[in-house]
Amino acid sequence: MSFINYSSREINCKIVYYGPGLCGKTTNLQYVYGKTNPDVKGKMISLATETERTLFFDFLPLSLGEIRGFKTRFHLYTVPGQVFYDASRKLILKGVDGVVFVADSQIERMEANVESLENLGVNLREQGYEIENVPYVVQYNKRDLPNAAPLDEMRRVLNPLGVPEFEACATVGTGVFETLKSVAKGVLSDLKKIGG
Amino acid sequence: MFDAQLVMRDDDHQKILTVITRLTRDANAKGIFVVDKNGHLMAEAGELIGIDGTSLASLTAGCIAATGGLAKIVGEEEFPTHFHQGQRDNLHITMVNSRIILVVIFDDRSSLGLVRLRVKKACIELAKTFEDIQKQTEQETRAGTSPFADITDDDIDNLFSE
Repeated sequence: MSFINYSSREINCKIVYYGPGLCGKTTNLQYVYGKTNPDVKGKMISLATETERTLFFDFLPLSLGEIRGFKTRFHLYTVPGQVFYDASRKLILKGVDGVVFVADSQIERMEANVESLENLGVNLREQGYEIENVPYVVQYNKRDLPNAAPLDEMRRVLNPLGVPEFEACATVGTGVFETLKSVAKGVLSDLKKIGG
Repeated sequence: MFDAQLVMRDDDHQKILTVITRLTRDANAKGIFVVDKNGHLMAEAGELIGIDGTSLASLTAGCIAATGGLAKIVGEEEFPTHFHQGQRDNLHITMVNSRIILVVIFDDRSSLGLVRLRVKKACIELAKTFEDIQKQTEQETRAGTSPFADITDDDIDNLFSE
């Protein structure tokens, strides 16, 4: 959960990008990293295999500006998407403030999307969270591919809660910042609720 | 278990700084970092101030999480102390309590024995301070007196208006 530091006047929050293997979670972070000013971002860390598949997590610290005199710092993490890295995914979800579910729009990846979404629900519950109570958005990535599933179908299967959703093509940045802004807004609104 | 929000006031930060500054001196350490298990840097002291503490905090939390997972596999609750030996610098990592991690970086001006001894005492003081911080945060949350209770939707929108 968030950490508020009066001494440095900072709010620190943790956002996790979740989704099946090769859906574009790391690409989202790489795009954000590439397009933000050096003074608002820290170093991006990728703990990856030799073939550049995420092994443990990617991490990108980002400052989004000030709110009531406090700097808002978001720590963006990705999880490893491959099914057998479930233990790592559980660890990374600890203390999460907001979740982005990145779905792979390719029709042949629908089963992997569904499996990953179910896994997200199970792992959140293990940490004491219910997905309904966590700031949460869905991104339909790879919309540019010819084999993309119809959006209505993806929405029906992957977003039954009707949370904010975005079409994206993370390689060129379409929808990447919209997704991030939406989940960040959700996290900050939640901070308000905790106090209220 | 669900991790509660943590709010660290100026005086809490000062108390933590006092303990870790003294520990830097007593243990002949190069740098000391206090990190939470979620990867947030909470305080730092010593000559290493200014290194990439944000990355250090995130990776320390990852390291603790991963070895915690390993501990469970072999039937341990946790490995509360880690030691990483380098060519020049060494890392001593200790769990202060279930949420807070203390990282001490030292070189051959100090020794593992000395660091262990001094860390033990400092951990007791830090644990007490963090217990007080946790209690205070829980009280404020229950009473609805969070500093951000009066954030408006406009405040949040303004953050994204540029």
